Amino acid sequence: MAKLTLDELRQKRAEAQKTVYLREGAFRGKVIVHMGTCGIAAGARGIVAAFLDEVERTGSHDIQVTTSGCAGLCSKEPMATVEMRDAAPVRYGELTAEKVKKIFKNHIVGGTAAAEYALGFGSERGA
Amino acid sequence: MPARRIELMLCTGTGCVAGGALHIKDALEKEIARHGLPDEVSVVPTGCNGFCGQGPLLVVVPDQIFYGPLKTDDIPFLVQEHFLKGRPVPKLMFKPSEKKDRIPLLTDIPFFHKQMLLVLRNKGIIDPEKITDYLARDGYTALEKVLTSMSPEDVIGEITRAGLRGRGGAGFPTGIKWKVCRAEKKTPKYIIGNCDEGDPGAYMDRSLIESDPHALVEGITIAAYAIGASQGFIYIRTEYPLAIQRLHLAIEQARENGLIGKNILGLGVDFELEIRQGSGAFVCGEETSLIHSIEGENPEPRQRPPFPAQVGLWGCPTVINNVETLGTVPQIINRGAEWFASIGTETSKGTKIFSLVGKINNTGLIEVPMGITLREIINDIGGGIPGGKTFKAVQTGGPSGGCIPHNHIDLPIDYESLKEVGSMMGSGGMIVMDEDTCMVDVSKFFIQFTNDESCGKCSACRDGSEALLEVLTRITKGEGREGDVEFLEELGEAVKDASMCGLGTTLPNPVLSTIRYFREEYEAHIKEKRCPAKVCKSLTSFWIDPKLCQACLICMRECPGQSIYGEKSIIHVIDQGKCNKCGVCFDVCPPKFGAIKKLSGVPVPPVEHGIKVERKKKGDRLEGEHVQA
Repeated sequence: MAKLTLDELRQKRAEAQKTVYLREGAFRGKVIVHMGTCGIAAGARGIVAAFLDEVERTGSHDIQVTTSGCAGLCSKEPMATVEMRDAAPVRYGELTAEKVKKIFKNHIVGGTAAAEYALGFGSERGA
Repeated sequence: MPARRIELMLCTGTGCVAGGALHIKDALEKEIARHGLPDEVSVVPTGCNGFCGQGPLLVVVPDQIFYGPLKTDDIPFLVQEHFLKGRPVPKLMFKPSEKKDRIPLLTDIPFFHKQMLLVLRNKGIIDPEKITDYLARDGYTALEKVLTSMSPEDVIGEITRAGLRGRGGAGFPTGIKWKVCRAEKKTPKYIIGNCDEGDPGAYMDRSLIESDPHALVEGITIAAYAIGASQGFIYIRTEYPLAIQRLHLAIEQARENGLIGKNILGLGVDFELEIRQGSGAFVCGEETSLIHSIEGENPEPRQRPPFPAQVGLWGCPTVINNVETLGTVPQIINRGAEWFASIGTETSKGTKIFSLVGKINNTGLIEVPMGITLREIINDIGGGIPGGKTFKAVQTGGPSGGCIPHNHIDLPIDYESLKEVGSMMGSGGMIVMDEDTCMVDVSKFFIQFTNDESCGKCSACRDGSEALLEVLTRITKGEGREGDVEFLEELGEAVKDASMCGLGTTLPNPVLSTIRYFREEYEAHIKEKRCPAKVCKSLTSFWIDPKLCQACLICMRECPGQSIYGEKSIIHVIDQGKCNKCGVCFDVCPPKFGAIKKLSGVPVPPVEHGIKVERKKKGDRLEGEHVQA
C-alpha cells in the first residue's frame, strides 16, 4: 500500500465512514420487511435484498432496513412498512422488486408515499 | 461494499475469547451462510465490550440489542429468529438478577448508563484489526490537526491546559513532563508507552489496546511530535498475546499508510515505533526499571532525580507515559482542552478506566468521569454485591493501594481524595470485597505479591516485605502476639521512608490502610484467636448443626478427606481432627438446610454420633436423595 498524503487520508476516511454507518445509529427512516413464514414463502427475502440494493445504489445510508414478524395480513405478503421520521408509517403489500424501486424513489427519497401500492397509513391501535 | 442491514458486534477481547467467543463467531457465520444472509448480516469482531461478566456477548446494530452470555447451541435459533425473521430472542438477553426482568437494549442496561466513554469511545464499535474502522471514527484527525496547524509548544500547552495527569498511578501532570523533556538540549529523545500492567485484577491497558490499538499509536505519535522524539517504544507484557498481536498489526497498518515512519503524510515529520516485550516482572512498571529492561539490563530501578525526562533511555531525554494517558491525547486535541477540563473535579480532569472485579454483580471494564462516587460505581454500574451480602471495602491501586472501607462509599473519586483515605488511584484496578473477606488475609495476599516481585535492590523493600509477610502469616495462623499491630505500623512506615522506587514506597499501603480501618480485625485475630470473616483456616472450624442437618449424605460424599461420618437418616458429624478445612461441605450443603456452620473464636460444640434425623414432614422429599439411589 502506498503511503498516504493528507488528501488521500481524508478521502480514505470518507470512504471508510460509508461502511460503518449502521453503528452510528442516526437514521432518517426505517423500512421493516415482514418476515413471518408467510412473508418468506411469498418472497420477502428478495424484497429485503431489493431495499438494500436501493440503499446502496442511491447512497441512502440514513435508511435502516430491518425485518419483523408476520404483520397479520398474510394474503398480501410480501409486505413492508416504511417509517420516515416525523411522518405516519405506510404499509405496502404484494411487493415486487419493481415496486420497491418506485417506493424507494417516490416515498423514501422523494417524500411522497406511493399511494398506489399502499395498504394503509398509520399503525394499528394497540390494546 | 453492498449495503447490509445488521452488524453483529461480537466481543473478542481476551475474556470473551476465553469464554468461547471464537466458537460463537464460527457458529454465527455458519448459520448466517446457511440462511443465505451473508450479504445482509455481518459479524464484526470487536475488542473488549467491557461487560466481561456477561461474555461471550454480542451487540446487534443498529438496534442496540444486547445478547449474553451466549453458548454455541443458542446460535442457530438466534440467527433464524432475529436475523432472519426479525424477532429478537428475549431468553438470550441480559438478566440483571433472578427477580428482575430482562433488558433488551444495551442503552437501557445500568452498567453502561453512568459510564462516560472517552478513551474507550471505540470499544465494541470498531474492528480493532481494521484501520479503516478507526479512520471512520475520526481516526488520525488529531494527528492531522497537530501536524498541519500546531507547533509542539501548542500541543504541550493544550495538554497542560486540559489538566491531563498520568493514568499509570502517580498522577503526574502530563503536560509538565512533556515540557521538561522538550526543553532538554540533548538528542535523540525517546517516547515510551508503558503497558506493563501488573496489578492483580487490573486489565485496563490490555483492553484499550485490544479494542482500539490505533488510538494508542495516534496518541504516542502526537506525544513524540510534542517532545521532539523520532523513536518510540511500547513496552508491553508478554502475557498479553492478543494485545501484542493487534498492536503489531496496527503499527504495520499505520506504517503502510504513512501515518508513522519517515515523512508522515508528506509533512516532513519522522517517527518510528516499535514494541518491546517485558516478561512479567512487576517492577518493570516502574519507569527507571522499564528503561533498564529496554536497554537489556537487569530491571532494577535507580535513584531519581535525574528524571527520565532529562536522563532516560540510553542516557537520553525520555518521556514514559501510561498507554491510557496516551490514548486520551487524540481526544483532547480533537475536542479541545476546555472540553476535557470541564469533565471531572478541581484537581483531576477527564475520565478514568477501572476494572471492576471481586464481589460484584457486574464484573467488567468501565470508564467513568473523575469525581464519580464509589456508591455509583458499586451500586449502579456494578449492580451491587452478589448474594445479598453487605459491602465491606474496596481495594484500589493494586498492591500499591489501600482498602477503602464501606463508610467512605460516598467518596468522590479523584487522585487527591483516594490519597487522603490512605489509598491511591493506581492504574485503575478496583477489587470489591464483601463481609466474607478477611482484611488481614487480604493484606497478607498483597504483601505476598510485592514480596515476590521486589527486585531485591533495597533492603527496606526486600527484607521489609519479608518481615511484614512473616508477621501477617503468624497472625492469620493464630500465633499473633501483643504488639504485632504496632510493629506492622512502624515497619510499614520505615519501608515507605527507606525504599527507593515506587514499589517499595507503596507496598506497605495495603497493611497500613487495613490497620487504619479494620484494626479490630487484627486485634480479634491476635487476642481472641478469632477471624471475624471466618476466612483464616487456622482460626476457623466447620461444624454441622445437628438441629439443621437432614442427613442427605451430600457433604459426606463430597468431602475430599472423608472426614464426615454419618449415614442415611443419621445426622452427619465432622471429625475435627481429620478436617482440613477446605470448605467443600459448606459449599455443597443445600441452602434450604444451611446446616454447616463456620465457627471462629469459640469451641466446637460436641455432637454425639448416631442421632436420628427428625424430618419436619412425613414424605418430604429431600434434595440429593435421587442422587444417592
